[in-house]
Amino acid sequence: MDRKQITTDVLIVGGGTAGCYAALTVSRNSNMSVLIAEKANIKRSGCLAAGVNAINAYILPGRKPQDYVDYATKDANGIVRSDLLLTAAERFNEVTADMEQLGLVILKDENGNYVARGNRNIKINGENFKPILAQAVQHAENVEVLNHVNITDLLVQDGQVYGAVGFSIKEPVAYVIHAKTVLIATGGAAGLYRPNNPGFSRHKMWYPPFNTGAGYAMGIRAGAEMTSFEMRFIALRCKDTIAPTGTIAQGVKAKQINSRGDVYEDQYGITTSERVYGTVRENQLGHGPCYLKTTEIRPEQDDDLLKAYLNMAPSQTLKWIESGKNPSQQDVEIEGTEPYIVGGHTASGYWVNTHRETTIRGLYAAGDVAGGCPQKYVTGALAEGKIAALDIIQKYGNQNQNQNPEALTLQEDAVIAGYEAILAEQNPLFSIEDLEEAMQKVMDAYAGGIGTNYQFNERQLRMAEEKIERLTALAEHVQADDMHELLFAYELKERLVVCRSLIAHLMGRKETRWHAFNENLDHPGIDEAYFAYVNSRLEDGKIKVFLRDLVKEERYEHTN
Amino acid sequence: MSIRINPEKCIGCSKCVNVCPGSLIELSERKAYMRYPKDCWGCVSCVKECPKGAIDFFLGADIGGNGSTMHVVSEGDLLQWKIHKYDGTQKVIEINRKNANRY
Repeated sequence: MDRKQITTDVLIVGGGTAGCYAALTVSRNSNMSVLIAEKANIKRSGCLAAGVNAINAYILPGRKPQDYVDYATKDANGIVRSDLLLTAAERFNEVTADMEQLGLVILKDENGNYVARGNRNIKINGENFKPILAQAVQHAENVEVLNHVNITDLLVQDGQVYGAVGFSIKEPVAYVIHAKTVLIATGGAAGLYRPNNPGFSRHKMWYPPFNTGAGYAMGIRAGAEMTSFEMRFIALRCKDTIAPTGTIAQGVKAKQINSRGDVYEDQYGITTSERVYGTVRENQLGHGPCYLKTTEIRPEQDDDLLKAYLNMAPSQTLKWIESGKNPSQQDVEIEGTEPYIVGGHTASGYWVNTHRETTIRGLYAAGDVAGGCPQKYVTGALAEGKIAALDIIQKYGNQNQNQNPEALTLQEDAVIAGYEAILAEQNPLFSIEDLEEAMQKVMDAYAGGIGTNYQFNERQLRMAEEKIERLTALAEHVQADDMHELLFAYELKERLVVCRSLIAHLMGRKETRWHAFNENLDHPGIDEAYFAYVNSRLEDGKIKVFLRDLVKEERYEHTN
Repeated sequence: MSIRINPEKCIGCSKCVNVCPGSLIELSERKAYMRYPKDCWGCVSCVKECPKGAIDFFLGADIGGNGSTMHVVSEGDLLQWKIHKYDGTQKVIEINRKNANRY
């Protein structure tokens, strides 16, 4: 395998929404060189490949950023970082204005004001959100993009990051990248649990199946502190297509009903987790299937709904058309998805200071991979990319390139030897796909997947822990025939690392603070002893789980 | 959930190969082909990228697909989605990128 060595000021791992916007921010405000390493192509990579049809986090006239903090805090039952939420919310509107400047279409009324959807959303045409952002990055000065390069490991020595190592998925080339500072923006993790459609359409999931938890995994292995993995995200989605429901629920105000026609959402509450829980309960009680009641909308609204979904989740539009019935003629069946780990919706991810620097010096995190800031959504990912970038400029802008410690070379060689071993493996008993399926089955059955209505007990978690450990050992000996399959091998390994941490976190919160997201049958109620963050760190090969007090200050800095 | 690439229409330009967020499409003998049909997310990035309308999008039978397909012809800001239903009928939905969603 050939080896290419690159030196840059700022390495950004992952060219999704947060990564691209961070690159733009560094370019606009400094002379630092930026390299984005993206495993696909930044034009459509990340969560916004198909598009997004609303800005879900916006401060509407008459409201304040603090209102958003209060809303997200309530939804997460208190387990948030208010400093992170506030600093993100303070920037929601400026990043939106910037996106509009770059070409994003936002719906306006006759007076030129944005049109609101509910209390915090505005309506857009976000089908080309990502191409707009990617184009701005292509034109930005001092920014280089390495498409189709997958980063697997951070170079960390004595708590300081020095760069990362990865490989091309197109040709036999390993990349060693040295940088003053690294921003992780790889998104969250899907595909840990058996998905809704485990057969041919196994990747028809809500969260991108290509977001495999790479950023979490490399951070965990490098000893970075993580937070709130146990606050899993389970989305309530249109059955089969797993398309978002907000456009129907908020856009045309459709209510959740059971098969008897009863509106059940009022009985269970309307926080994000309660909406999922209510649907699960109704099914358990024999009242399913559950629906969003769209048959009350006017037929002239049908066309707009078909178009709105084409710009975001086209499979749902095709589903309506194939069925021969528009939304006004049939209610939309809904179901909960498999659990994801995603910091854009819940609080899972890297434990960061207010400027989004992780517990490893020089390593930043933004977007879905960064924890503590739930419901940040797209504007929050942009805001965090910007916050991290501005801090990077201030702290590292005038610093000379690191003097790399000698031990770094050994780390680099070991990582690349790992790639070569998988490419050289001969006839292992289990394929990458076999082990992925096994992992998803374990997580589904023993760590609260769809199959157990998201519920679990400690005995089951112990079994999950043991089985994931075994699968991790087996994954050491998978075989990849080419560089593309090497990517699949590493995605499996990443997911197994995330599963292990997730199980430890689920065991660490001995209460049920959020139905469905963390439904612990041994501890079915809320315990105020856990009005705290559950955090973790890999120490001497073991996941150490500990509680941290809630952060009340406006600014938080790592001290221990 | 997946796509089908029509080799008759494909000109081997590689645009779909480059854009797929899962890198699932490859080129063989100057024609694009879907190497991993079960790994498609259904984002239709490739369908929108194809200059020849050679890529059809369909729903897997396991999620209710009946055999209808969909592709798009774009001209500037205008996207014309053409849905060929399994019963032989066709439906066209036009989207202007300059218009925002109503919902």
